[in-house]
Amino acid sequence: MLTFTLRRLLLAIPTLLLISLVIFLLVDLAPGSPASEIPLTVPPEVREKILESLGVNQPIYVRYLLWLKQFFWVEPLNGFDALFGTTHADGMQRIISYQTRSPVFPLIAERLPQTLTVIGTAYLVGILIALPIGIYSAYKQYSLFDQFGTMFAMIGFSVPTFFSGTVFILVFAVWLGWFPTKYDTTLTVTDWDSFIKQVKQMAMPVMVLGLANAAAISRYMRSSMLENMKQDYVRTARAKGMSERTVVLKHVLRNSLIPVVTIIALGIPSIFGGAIITENLFGVNGIGAALIGAIRGNDLPMVQTLAFIFAILIVTFNLIADVLYGLLDPRIRYD
Amino acid sequence: MTDTTALDKPESQITAIWRQFRQHKGAVFGLCVLGFLVAFVLLGPFLWEAPELTTTQQILNKNKPPSFVHPMGTDQIGRDMLERMISAGMVSLAVGFIAMLIAIFFGTFIGVMAGYFKRLDGPLMRLTDMFLALPLIPLLLVMVMLFRDKIAKVVGPEMGAFILIVFAIGMTSWMHAARIVRGEVLALKEREYVLAARSIGAPSRRIILRHILPNVLSPVMVAATLGVAEAIITESVLSFLGLGFPPDFPTWGRLLHDGLSYMQLYPERVIWPGLAISLTVLSVNYIGDGLRDALDPKARGR
Repeated sequence: MLTFTLRRLLLAIPTLLLISLVIFLLVDLAPGSPASEIPLTVPPEVREKILESLGVNQPIYVRYLLWLKQFFWVEPLNGFDALFGTTHADGMQRIISYQTRSPVFPLIAERLPQTLTVIGTAYLVGILIALPIGIYSAYKQYSLFDQFGTMFAMIGFSVPTFFSGTVFILVFAVWLGWFPTKYDTTLTVTDWDSFIKQVKQMAMPVMVLGLANAAAISRYMRSSMLENMKQDYVRTARAKGMSERTVVLKHVLRNSLIPVVTIIALGIPSIFGGAIITENLFGVNGIGAALIGAIRGNDLPMVQTLAFIFAILIVTFNLIADVLYGLLDPRIRYD
Repeated sequence: MTDTTALDKPESQITAIWRQFRQHKGAVFGLCVLGFLVAFVLLGPFLWEAPELTTTQQILNKNKPPSFVHPMGTDQIGRDMLERMISAGMVSLAVGFIAMLIAIFFGTFIGVMAGYFKRLDGPLMRLTDMFLALPLIPLLLVMVMLFRDKIAKVVGPEMGAFILIVFAIGMTSWMHAARIVRGEVLALKEREYVLAARSIGAPSRRIILRHILPNVLSPVMVAATLGVAEAIITESVLSFLGLGFPPDFPTWGRLLHDGLSYMQLYPERVIWPGLAISLTVLSVNYIGDGLRDALDPKARGR
């Protein structure tokens, strides 16, 4: 298992490097280069100096390697400095956003908590809804509950979040007036009132994302349960005279959760992608909104960095899912 | 009179599949809804034509509620919503189908190559893994942003957006098909009839086309059906974020995006396109489910 984990870790490095190259090259081909933003009245020698200071007059491989160094060495060092008050990274060139002319990473760090609160809660809510529905539908297969459950799962799986979100806004914010339409990022929770306010403004984005995730996860949970219910060990457990409760919730559930746990781990990066839509719709000022803003503003360093962070998330969680699968299921050994 | 007349004619494969498919209520429902939607966008232009208006009439005609002249009302610059829904639906469905065809073609090609030729397996599967690890929505957004104007200069803004989005979606969603096909081909390659074909000297090309491809057809068809749903959603996400089709060449996603600004006053402008997207995806997903059951010989006859 350890050798497998190590091998996968080592394999992840070239994958990530390749992805970083793809992202860098794709974004670097952009027509909106910083050179085109400099007014034409600026004399050529000054223009040269501006380009030099931005570092965009270098050949492409130099810029790529510099970006890699900044991403993997300078920025972590800066983070280290910020945490412990040291000065290791002084004088090193950081990744600078074209929009704000400030380092990219603090901007992202500023946005990240918004995303994590909303997305994290939504994913948790999704899992909490999905597991009981999946378990009970599988236990009572073809019952009325199961038929409704699978139908709702199918609907939740098919209706895109931007439409369900819009309908939620129409019903709960416009007609009923229960929740605010837009998320107030500046709100800090200090007392009970502001807490209630926070819960209210989080309710809609969390429900929209949570229901979409719940639909997908409950489908997996149900089919995994169904597969296990047919196994011989279930019959054995029943024959031993164990209660239904123990059979279903202990024997079957534990075995059925193995693939579901990996699905949950695999889904985490994709919900960050899906969050782009929800954040836009509800005005949550998270990293999804930052990405859209950066794309609209031709902020290349920001786009490159954010896209690469998404890629790192995907690769990491793929790795986690693989390792988890091996750890949880002793029948699966890769070595 | 001989005994052979007593034997029933064996059921053809297609009838068997159809019989199994009909048992899946959701799939039949999906087929009906999808059929209706396709008829709506294909026959719509012949059955429904909005009245021609002069510019003055057009200006006075904006934001009209549903009426006999405009069954779905008019939008903020006086265009008939029903006509827009029909033309947008045509583009949405076309994007879904063509992007799926590209993805399936590419995925099957990569999958067969990787499964059949051992030397290509490693590199091609690494490539697939890398594509699977790409953050697709951000990359698609970036691609549309970067290349939209360049392609629009060559083939015009409408065709440019169409070609760009279809290719971008197709080229970033072939991976699942490739993995499925590779797995199937790896198993099929070891079967006796492939060995027999090889032993009489059939070239690889013929073995693949005659013996392997027909046998991977059923998983590919299921993947293709689900691929349509995926492509339609991806396109509408791009359009929803305002980075898809231009407003005068709309898709359902674009109509929804346009309707968002008037959501509080005219909610139906968001509801109709959203409902159309959701129903299409739902019916396609149900059809995929039904096909999976019907095409699996082990499940059939149960």
